[in-house]
Amino acid sequence: MATTMQFDLVSPERALASLQASAVQIPGADGDMTAMPDHAPTITTLRPGVLTVEGPDGTSSYAVTGGFAEINAEGTSVLAEKAIPTADITAADMDELIATAKDAAENAAAENKDAAAKALADMEALRAALNV
Amino acid sequence: MPSLKDLKNRIESVKNTRKITKAMQMVAAAKLRRAQDAAEASRPYTERFNAVLGGLAASVGGSDSAPKLLSGTGSDQTHLLVVMTAERGLCGGFNSNIAKLARAKAEELKAAGKTVKVLTVGKKGRDAIKRDLGDAFVGHVDLTEVKRIGYENAQEIARDLLARFDGGEFDVATIFYAKFQNVVTQIPTAQQIIPAAFDTAEDEGATTLYDYEPSEEAILADLLPRGVATQIFAALLENGASEQGARMSAMDNATRNAGDMIDQLTIEFNRSRQAVITNELIEIISGAEAL
Repeated sequence: MATTMQFDLVSPERALASLQASAVQIPGADGDMTAMPDHAPTITTLRPGVLTVEGPDGTSSYAVTGGFAEINAEGTSVLAEKAIPTADITAADMDELIATAKDAAENAAAENKDAAAKALADMEALRAALNV
Repeated sequence: MPSLKDLKNRIESVKNTRKITKAMQMVAAAKLRRAQDAAEASRPYTERFNAVLGGLAASVGGSDSAPKLLSGTGSDQTHLLVVMTAERGLCGGFNSNIAKLARAKAEELKAAGKTVKVLTVGKKGRDAIKRDLGDAFVGHVDLTEVKRIGYENAQEIARDLLARFDGGEFDVATIFYAKFQNVVTQIPTAQQIIPAAFDTAEDEGATTLYDYEPSEEAILADLLPRGVATQIFAALLENGASEQGARMSAMDNATRNAGDMIDQLTIEFNRSRQAVITNELIEIISGAEAL
């Protein structure tokens, strides 16, 4: 059994990470999940949260705002709409993200209201988790 | 016949013009490299996104519950043309080629009895389109202040589009931009983004069976609006590279033309200077002979 798998983290503007990982913790829309080598092929959407990658050079984590993750035999790819290494994240970044989410929640159409409110709650939880 | 001083001034002015076009060419070359890097960096995301979305669309697409963004509104009466051009001119036929393609498409749709609406991104396109299709013009996205196109810009445009789509303002949306081939060739392209169109039937046999969390439909509903933003972002980047490429070759041409002009004017200048000298000599000699 393989002990590592290929992990890619890409955002629309650039590729953030491409490395061999032994486990990836993904903040899935239906709950957190950890993908390890030989995980069953899965596609899941992301909620705003912290993505943690365990690689040969230690653990790195990123704050992601949304997008999806694809897990298959070749490895795990996360396509995040926005991803920032948690070490680099600032209070200003967080304020901006929350302001955008709040805006979206207030202006959302009736049928999307719940989803937007959930995104806002997730965003605030993310802030609390990061402690910035 | 222009005087010597006039010629000299003219040569000087063309030389200045050449300096400017040369500088613009070099700036465009540097910007082109940056734009190409940006386009390159976004490619992995776009490719994978489209692959996943295409797979999902193929498996859910047939059912009745398919989202409107995929299956369409059931009519194709109102078309929205999103015309993406540059904010600035002096880039050869870049802006006018895109506008021309959009105009041709609009004429074709109008002839078929459809309603046409136009949304422009980029100032130059707005100016060109407003002249001919002023009554179809519904909006403009201003990117003049934007130094570097980011995903946020694309998201904003996508949000605007989706709001209009949800409001029932149009049935089909097509974006117009120039695909970057190389520095001398940019291909004006029309691409339908709503309802989403995919290159299906690729490597059918090799698809993996995925578990979906949450359901396939929910993921698709989440991804389709993002797909619109992704496609717009890719088109914006492509357009950015094309613009700089077009400007680079246009300015290269201008520099060369200015050089030719300077050569010609210099020959003319030398000739008239020689004529003046010859004239003076003749005058002196004939004056001396008369004595």
